Amino acid sequence: MTESTVGRGPDAGTDIDSLIEIRLRIAASPHLRTPHSTPRIMWNVVGSLVPILAVAVYYFGPSALLVIAAATIGSVLTERLFGKKRSTADGSAVITGLLLGLILPPGFPLWMAFLGGMFGVGFGKLIFGGLGQNVFNPALLGRAFLQAAFPLAITTWPVQPASWWSLRGDNFALPLMSPSAPDVVTGATPLGLMKFEGLSTNTLDLMIGSTGGSIGETAGLLILICGGYLALRKYLDWRIPLSILLTVFVFSGGLWLLGPDRFPNPVFMLFSGGLMLGAMYMATDMVTSPVTAAGSWIFGIGIGLLVVLIRVWGGLPEGVMYAILFMNALVPFINRATQPRVFGQTRRKPKGAEA
Amino acid sequence: MLGSSTFRHGVHPPETKHLTEKLRVRRMPFPEEIILPLRQHAGKPATLLVKVGDRVERGDKIAEADGFVSVPIHASAAGTVKDIRLCPHPDGSMAESVVIAVDRFSPQVPRPRIVPRWEGLSPQQVVVEVQKGGVVGLGGAAFPTHVKLLPPDEFPVHTLIINGAECEPYLTTDHRTMVEYPERVQFGIRIMMKALGVERAVIGIEKNKPDAIARLTETLPEDLDVSVLPLTVKYPQGAEKMLIKAVTGREVPSGKLPMNVGVVVQNVGSIACIGEIFETGYPLIERVVTVTGPGVRRPSNLLVPVGTRLRDVLEFCDGLTEDAVQIVFGGPMMGAAQPDLDTPLIKGTTGVVVLTNKEARPVERYPCIHCGRCLESCPVFLNPSLLGTLAQAGLYEDMETAHLMDCMLCGACSYVCPSHIPLSQMFALGKNMLRKRQAVA
Repeated sequence: MTESTVGRGPDAGTDIDSLIEIRLRIAASPHLRTPHSTPRIMWNVVGSLVPILAVAVYYFGPSALLVIAAATIGSVLTERLFGKKRSTADGSAVITGLLLGLILPPGFPLWMAFLGGMFGVGFGKLIFGGLGQNVFNPALLGRAFLQAAFPLAITTWPVQPASWWSLRGDNFALPLMSPSAPDVVTGATPLGLMKFEGLSTNTLDLMIGSTGGSIGETAGLLILICGGYLALRKYLDWRIPLSILLTVFVFSGGLWLLGPDRFPNPVFMLFSGGLMLGAMYMATDMVTSPVTAAGSWIFGIGIGLLVVLIRVWGGLPEGVMYAILFMNALVPFINRATQPRVFGQTRRKPKGAEA
Repeated sequence: MLGSSTFRHGVHPPETKHLTEKLRVRRMPFPEEIILPLRQHAGKPATLLVKVGDRVERGDKIAEADGFVSVPIHASAAGTVKDIRLCPHPDGSMAESVVIAVDRFSPQVPRPRIVPRWEGLSPQQVVVEVQKGGVVGLGGAAFPTHVKLLPPDEFPVHTLIINGAECEPYLTTDHRTMVEYPERVQFGIRIMMKALGVERAVIGIEKNKPDAIARLTETLPEDLDVSVLPLTVKYPQGAEKMLIKAVTGREVPSGKLPMNVGVVVQNVGSIACIGEIFETGYPLIERVVTVTGPGVRRPSNLLVPVGTRLRDVLEFCDGLTEDAVQIVFGGPMMGAAQPDLDTPLIKGTTGVVVLTNKEARPVERYPCIHCGRCLESCPVFLNPSLLGTLAQAGLYEDMETAHLMDCMLCGACSYVCPSHIPLSQMFALGKNMLRKRQAVA
């Protein structure tokens, strides 16, 4: 322990001791610290998600709220039951739950969302040793699990329903039951339309979010603003979203210039699917992204390339989740390869010299 | 060619120098008792020359330098040697010390002494005089100053850098020395330049001390190439390697000394001390100390006899406030917290900072979330996040591979860590473990 308290005995009776009862605290230097703390970072991220949640509820009605709540309760409960003492207070489980909820379809059965939250925190984080130890982004791991377990439910997208109050699907399907055939007509996401039917979507609709898709993935512009706030407060590393978005823009822009009729335009690529949310909130998860500045660039460029590759040539309409999870796995190697040059050394020591 | 006037990375803790930066240095009255540890400098402790009951005058030598990397200790007040025993030392240990009962009726005037005439002295003779004066680095490290004045022939020195950065929050010791004794500083520079045989000297001062920059610029000698370089305000700008980078643009090679890039760095207080030796002949028996912080009733800049107890200094500053909880010798970034009010202020004590519950609050520790803030703060470009993980596993050899020995324990990483991991403390331990293992091997 770094601290101990030393009390002055009553025998030391000069003037100064009588001025106050001195209890001197001993701690190692530095004796000053920034006001930052890990919970403060986490709760700021939660706070910055609030506008995105609000817009999601605006577009998708009570279903969105229910799904997000189910995922969040699942992850927080798991943290509370199996995590370290008082570790729910650090806010990281809340982030996992909220983010997972935001990348599920609004009509998703609540029990599945709950299960996804549990899986994300339990197998995505706690099994590695809790906060800071996990390799993969817990929210994305939760979604990957759901995608594998319930491939049909997770690709059921609603179109605009009769009223705001009506549910966007069979949210209340009983546990272990598949959702019944939806009352609403299912539509497709802009990326699905593009990939399987060759249809494009109005870019402005994409930016403000009035399109089909997962709960929180549709309002690209708002996500950009909320993430920008975090970047300004230095609660996320701006290099990662910037390098992802730039790479996607440049790569898909190049393709588009080669064949405007065969490839989607780069603005569509930026604002469709989960790219914005992924770039701003998932890839920037501090635990699962590189610590070095150079590593952040490599990480972001890698994600950007993979996203375009999967979207354009892969079997799936969307590739953000797998792109980030894949690059998560490479983070330890990226960190090792991008160790900064130590002050006063002209170049890194050759490997043999370090043995 | 001047560098970029700063270094890469670093942190910006609140400067909080306003408490004392405008206050004149006051001479503190002599206390009843003086405690002089024989180990007040880096290198070998001094060897005792007095015995209990001896009468000493102010400025008398009471312990002799033990070899070249060592300096003598002088009595900082006239009185009687009351005891020679183990006393609390600012580094946290108990150290053999001479306790002097101060003679209350003595005028405290040092014996008349021969002032060395610097013009006629060879560099070697200057070095001898500086060692005789007991001068050490007054910036905190307390490395014997004369050792730096004799660089080996294979490393020609071309520039003397005077460290007036004072990047630690709260402290205004060097600041007031530069504002109030600029002539003495310039005189010290002149002697140092002669001893080193260098053509050029640069005084580096952080820009938050405009009055010090102005005073030293006004008093620059016309016949010598001495200049004042304002530096970006950033911690740890006053670290030797950071200062050299800022002034010359060069990095001192890892594991090497400033003389490898042709530079010698001296603290501005030590320079003033050398000036005093060749002005009055007095050895280092008193120093400027900033007593400050929100926990002290009357923050002050004091001229304190070396060996004055912490208790007496605080009493002279009207004591502590109700919420004072921590007393630090040195600045709050690298200084050591003191548990005992009977600890003496020694040659290397730059300041006494008293912190309250507000600044020195205990913090809860969280796991590392790999945010990378420590990497962006580290002035020597280490990976504190990785080093911290290795330290927790006790993998000291792996820490060495990860360049632990380049760490100068500036504390920037601990300062920024949002998970409040005591990184620099772990690194200090790691460095000690490695040194011990090397000593055994």
